[in-house]
Amino acid sequence: MSFPGVQDTRPNWDEFMEGIWQRNPVFVMVLGMCPTLAVTVSAINSISMGLATTFVLAASCWLVSLMRKMIPKEVRIATYIVIIATFVTVTDYAIQAISLEMYEALGAYIQLIVANCLVLGRAEAHAARFPPMAALFNATGMGLGFTLGLVMIGGVREILGSGTLLGVPLFGADFQPWVVMVLPPGGFFVMGAWLLLFAIYRARKQRPDKPGIKPDAVKQAS
Amino acid sequence: MSSTTKVEIRSGPHIKGPRTVEQIMLNVVGSLMFVCAFFIYQYGISAAASICVITAACLLTEHFFVRLGGQSGTLSDWSATITGLLLALTLPPGFPLWMGVVAGFSAIALGKAIFGGIGHNVFNPALVGRAFVQAAFPTAIATYTPSFLPGRFTEFIPSTLALPLMTPADALTWLHDKQLDALAAATPLARWKFEGVLASSWDLATSLSGHMAVGPSPLLILLCGVYLATRRFMDWRIPVAVLGSAALAALALHAVYGSRYPDPSFMLFSGGLILGAVYMATDMATSPATPRGMWLYGALIGLLTVLIRYYGGLPEGIMYAILIGNAATPLIERISQPEAFGTAVKRREKEK
Repeated sequence: MSFPGVQDTRPNWDEFMEGIWQRNPVFVMVLGMCPTLAVTVSAINSISMGLATTFVLAASCWLVSLMRKMIPKEVRIATYIVIIATFVTVTDYAIQAISLEMYEALGAYIQLIVANCLVLGRAEAHAARFPPMAALFNATGMGLGFTLGLVMIGGVREILGSGTLLGVPLFGADFQPWVVMVLPPGGFFVMGAWLLLFAIYRARKQRPDKPGIKPDAVKQAS
Repeated sequence: MSSTTKVEIRSGPHIKGPRTVEQIMLNVVGSLMFVCAFFIYQYGISAAASICVITAACLLTEHFFVRLGGQSGTLSDWSATITGLLLALTLPPGFPLWMGVVAGFSAIALGKAIFGGIGHNVFNPALVGRAFVQAAFPTAIATYTPSFLPGRFTEFIPSTLALPLMTPADALTWLHDKQLDALAAATPLARWKFEGVLASSWDLATSLSGHMAVGPSPLLILLCGVYLATRRFMDWRIPVAVLGSAALAALALHAVYGSRYPDPSFMLFSGGLILGAVYMATDMATSPATPRGMWLYGALIGLLTVLIRYYGGLPEGIMYAILIGNAATPLIERISQPEAFGTAVKRREKEK
């Protein structure tokens, strides 16, 4: 089996970068929206959530890829879920051991990584068809892309919502917090703003000769 | 035209009239000028700065998005000006200017541009902007100062000039320093809700006497509304339905629990009910087009306003009532469609 357009199955840099830029899970594929909108109240929460997902993603994709010839096609989804759940349990206990505070801040969303469609999607669409090293590369890239997306949302929400970045005050004591940014609607606003910026960027790239963007180009890009 | 005796106005453009969007909008802006002048008379240079800065923020945002998205519509259609003026009138006069810029930007960006510009918006842009700052800065938006303060034409309310991103100065301390803290800084609605103090309806209607923390005079707004309605720049049914249903609901509650709920005149003249009913609920893009739909829509908004004011957490309810009414507009249009010419006969024949 081969991925359309990809002949070389050896791990390479493009495979890694794919998840960070061209097919970024948050801004391009728009996968895993539940943790993306729920835990990105601050940059540190976003980083923790992103790295936890990256670990689960990389480890389970590697294992799925190793076992890809042994897994019967009929029960593959169940098998992937068992593998993913194993690593989620490991992550869950690890975070609890490293920082109980963070564990409580992230709440149920650590356990819910098992239901993140990004992880299952990568196992099914990539790891099951490529050798372990390629799968590991791709999954790590995707995980870091997810982390990047989360941090881009969480950073903006933390700066506007609490006036800090990674806990460091940026504006002094008189800062007026934007209450809405730490509430759920803030997640939608910031996510939407980033998606809009990327849509504009892509539409611009398609028509470099035009100063303004024609409405059909925006529609195509989004 | 003189031979036509009775013409019923319906949505579909059957005959194109000479009236343009610009003409309608310009008349609305013209009538709003009187309301703004009264607001400045009440609150002095702080109100003037607030109106100018918020309107400028709306116009700049509109210009930016029109250029960026290739949307039809320009600044010269005056719609962004109306959004800015209305937004400024719904905010406290001492609202920090930088927050006003945030409100103006979100009004146009979230309320209008992302839906595709003029005529495509689902919600009233001014109220979207206000809802955003209500969620973002709940303290600043509830901080009113009394009207007709001495020296209002020479001195800014200190919160107006708060530095960008910084917490505004406390209005109560400022009033205390000026030895004016006997005056009520809370709005009459908030005073009724949280302290049980009822203001006189006539004072509320004229907004001229006393140092009440109120917006422009409801009577003046009604006059402007009568002008716009008689010139057919807006449909009279919507404000009548909003005010009528709010008055009826308030009357019913007053009749049942007279001790707990004030009489309908307080409901009508307090807060932004009349401003919302005349200028915001009637926004053409976000309200139903058929007469039956307009009655339903207005009645829904009036009833929701009373419910939110009496039973909700916030003292004022007209903003969310109109936004919910805007959201319900497509549904209202679906159930209020008039029968097309000839189909009623066919249906009756079929039933036989």
